[in-house]
Amino acid sequence: MEAQTTPKLKKPPKPRKPIRELWWFFAAAACVKLLLIPAYKSTDFEVHRHWLAITHSLPLSQWYFDETSPWTLDYPPFFAYFERLLSIFANLIDPQIVHLQKGLNYSSNTVLYFQRISVIFSDLCLLHGVYRLTRKLDSTRQKLIWVLVVWSPMLVIVDHLHFQYNGFLLGILLISLSYLEEGRDLMGGLVFAVLLCFKHLFAVAAPVYFVYLLRHYCWKGFVRGFWRLFILGAIVVAVFAVAYGPFVYHGQMQQVIHRMFPFGRGLCHAYWAPNFWVFYIILDKVLAFLLGRLGFKIQAPAASFTGGIVGDLSPFAVLPQITPVTTFILVLLALSPCLIKAWRHPRPVRITRWVAYAYTCGFLFGWHVHEKAALHFVIPLAIVAVQSLDDARHYFLLSTVSCYSLFPLLFEAQEYPIKVLLLLLHSMLMWLGFSAQFAKRISLELAKSEKKKDKEEGFVIGWVGWSYLVGILLVEISGQFLHPIILGDKLPFIPLMLSSTYCALGTMYSFIWQLKWILDS
Amino acid sequence: MEKATKRKVNNKKGKEEKPIVECDDESDAWWWLVHKGITASFLSIALFSLLVRVAVSLHPYSGAGNPPKYGDFEAQRHWMEITLNLPLKEWYRNSTVNDLRYWGLDYPPLTAYQSYVHGLFLRFFSPDSVALFTSRGHESYLGKLLMRWTVLSSDVLVFFPAVFYFVVVYYAGRNPSHRMSGIAWHMAIILLNPCLILIDHGHFQYNCISLGLTVGAIAFLLSDKDLVACVLYSLALNHKQMSAYFAPAFFSHLLGKCLRRQYPLLQVLKLGLVVLGTFLIVWWPYVHSMEAFLGVLSRLAPFERGIFEDYVANFWCTTSVLVKWKRLFPTQTLKLLSFGATISSCLPSMIQQIWSPSKQGFLYGLLNSAFSFYLFSFQVHEKSILLPLLPASLLATEEPFLFTWMTLYALFSMFPLLHRDKLVLPYLSLSALFILLNHLSSGRRDTKDTSAFRSFVTRVFLLCSVILHVVYLSMHAPARYPFLFEALIMLLCFSQFVFLTLYTNAKQWMLLKHSNLVDKEKKLL
Repeated sequence: MEAQTTPKLKKPPKPRKPIRELWWFFAAAACVKLLLIPAYKSTDFEVHRHWLAITHSLPLSQWYFDETSPWTLDYPPFFAYFERLLSIFANLIDPQIVHLQKGLNYSSNTVLYFQRISVIFSDLCLLHGVYRLTRKLDSTRQKLIWVLVVWSPMLVIVDHLHFQYNGFLLGILLISLSYLEEGRDLMGGLVFAVLLCFKHLFAVAAPVYFVYLLRHYCWKGFVRGFWRLFILGAIVVAVFAVAYGPFVYHGQMQQVIHRMFPFGRGLCHAYWAPNFWVFYIILDKVLAFLLGRLGFKIQAPAASFTGGIVGDLSPFAVLPQITPVTTFILVLLALSPCLIKAWRHPRPVRITRWVAYAYTCGFLFGWHVHEKAALHFVIPLAIVAVQSLDDARHYFLLSTVSCYSLFPLLFEAQEYPIKVLLLLLHSMLMWLGFSAQFAKRISLELAKSEKKKDKEEGFVIGWVGWSYLVGILLVEISGQFLHPIILGDKLPFIPLMLSSTYCALGTMYSFIWQLKWILDS
Repeated sequence: MEKATKRKVNNKKGKEEKPIVECDDESDAWWWLVHKGITASFLSIALFSLLVRVAVSLHPYSGAGNPPKYGDFEAQRHWMEITLNLPLKEWYRNSTVNDLRYWGLDYPPLTAYQSYVHGLFLRFFSPDSVALFTSRGHESYLGKLLMRWTVLSSDVLVFFPAVFYFVVVYYAGRNPSHRMSGIAWHMAIILLNPCLILIDHGHFQYNCISLGLTVGAIAFLLSDKDLVACVLYSLALNHKQMSAYFAPAFFSHLLGKCLRRQYPLLQVLKLGLVVLGTFLIVWWPYVHSMEAFLGVLSRLAPFERGIFEDYVANFWCTTSVLVKWKRLFPTQTLKLLSFGATISSCLPSMIQQIWSPSKQGFLYGLLNSAFSFYLFSFQVHEKSILLPLLPASLLATEEPFLFTWMTLYALFSMFPLLHRDKLVLPYLSLSALFILLNHLSSGRRDTKDTSAFRSFVTRVFLLCSVILHVVYLSMHAPARYPFLFEALIMLLCFSQFVFLTLYTNAKQWMLLKHSNLVDKEKKLL
């Protein structure tokens, strides 16, 4: 044995080809995603199929007017163009997929395979983004980030089970961030503008981008500064012109914007996203209950949050009503420390954190936030998670909690083991990866200076973190098993409420942690 | 653990080599996954394998929505229904309540007990799915889910721990510098065996139990706990009579071992008593009357089903293209013929083990005896390739090429069956996953200079099988020969299997030469 290993050790290390290794990660994930094709899919599947039909069967001028199905097109034009591109292939495979009427609720194998595989393929964009961001890092860091992003359980749950194209869109975001980190601001701005024309929800980070680009790119003397501002503005306008131009030409901008921003929806989604408003609602309920006990006359709210009905109003009994404007101001307020920092020290290494922080603010204080929006900050944060031990600890908690908060998306029994296994595997890999990363650095430091005694401790989460994570287990057990046994069918909303409240604690912690980091830096 | 071993190596070799070792450490792509030791690596690999299994179980099972007889899924469900609702003595007996022609129980009693336990689980959540008579052909969302979960839980409870124990034992005596990532790779390759996953979690069977018991037996044998090994192997035999494929290897290795001890006869007697005792316990309800015992026994040997079924890549089926065995000879003669062929083909491997029992030789012996049963025994199924594949996967680090080759062709030989079950998608993605895993090892291993001829031949065969896949999926066979493609696949796989058997038999005998050399060297020293 010894004789065999010796030549191995003496051999010079092979030149590493990170792109090939990254392909391996992607291919392994794709195999599992292919296996998941027959699993549960939400109505979003039919939404996207219908969009294929709209963009294929109708002229562009009709896209935002069509009302054949309740699933009207409500994404910006680039996404519609993307669907148009996909529909060409869909038409080749099975014309019924793109038929406006006959295709409604079409559920044959062809449409299932086509759409599922199109998501897997569109993940190539994510692959490219990750590659650009990690190509200069060392091997262990690279692999860790790949595990966190390419094997993200959240993306599997949202994109490949629930059905959406988030991997593709987040890929564009990562590409934009990679350009900014490299100092190629113009390209970064351009790609971000493209992203905004794919999905407008990403606009939450626009203030950060604006401030950063203004300071880092344009702030170079008066004449040069204005010239650069002009170029930047021209590029952004050009991108928007490509996207919205045809609709401006048809005079439909009002309709397009009306479709994209349906403010008729309520403050919270049918499931509560684990954000700040959860506490607000609960405080309202508690106050209403207490005041009612004290003899005050409390008007019962018109629509209940817990019934899952999306009402027009925010029915609070005691606390002041929340309007979209309130949430908008709150998000901007929460963002302001980050904007000030970006203004003062616009440094490319910070931009990923700032953008992630912006999406965290949007998630916590935004109007009608989906729980899926957690992806918008969990995925970019993965890039910085390997930078320090504190980052790793924070990310471990955040990623576990965010993944758990997606559990209600898959509510059928068949997918139960899948989501649990995905979360467990993810946590296990994170734990192994982070402890390898940080144990390794210590050993290298020790090797450098043997006398150095003040060694940092390895990857330890601490008892608060552990008890919080164990709490997730308890919440899950009580919601899934104890609740049906004790209460039966009564109060069916309690488990969901409990888990969103519990997860909201985790996201609030992450928000505060990120804010503190930004203020300290 | 890896860290510690690295340091040991460093200390041995002095300081000047340290940077090289660090480099090596750096280039080991999977260091981060395995650095916490064998248990943590096993846990993460097991979680991933379980995820793959659950994902495969989303797909259809054999005979889904295909009345009146359905498939193996219905057979297993029916056994739960029978064992749950009838008294023990009636399980194997044809009666008005137990129609043996409709998926009558034809596995040994341990399977029946397992069906009973799983039946209890099903009845608790969905009584309709196992009700007597009315549940025939029961197909429902919940029913399918519960059935799938019984296989998943059996896998986790039997196969996974057995594999873990095997890997611990197998690498315990090795040089400590054996790379941890290599061990992890071995675990992954055993647990992610595409054939086993497809048959158990796709097609629907409980091979994980009998194979898991066998792996457990092998592991105990390797750690010299022969009595426990005997118990476990007897249990495996009592779960599926197909486990007898391994019997010659177990028998010859244990016999060889006993002969080398002080009181050979006593040793043999001890093992024999343990085996007999295990059998007695399992068969207890049926040993009180000769009639009941023979009744069960006759159910286990379905000779009336002919020497082969469908298109299995073994000797009888392949040669029947030229020699019509079924027409030429009566069943009785065929039985003798196949028995003789099987025994004579596994005799060399048995003799080697009796003569010079060794742990490595035992694993090769398992492979050889399972192969000879697969190729020559009576009534072989496509699925039986799982049995030779098991020892091959246990030898995967010794014989990486053999294992890869065999897995690919074992998969291919089951392709028509899986195609019938509508499992082409999991078939393709599991094959891809297997190739990816394999790619890891070849990236890690030093590239041995393989001869140009061998790589040419393997490429030609691979090309053939890829073309056959495409043809099978895209074209209809000519009306005159409706099973032309199946026959071609069978022919290709058979040729590979024969080649592999010859190779492994030769390899087993080469071990003898090698050990003789080692012995001689020791004497000289």
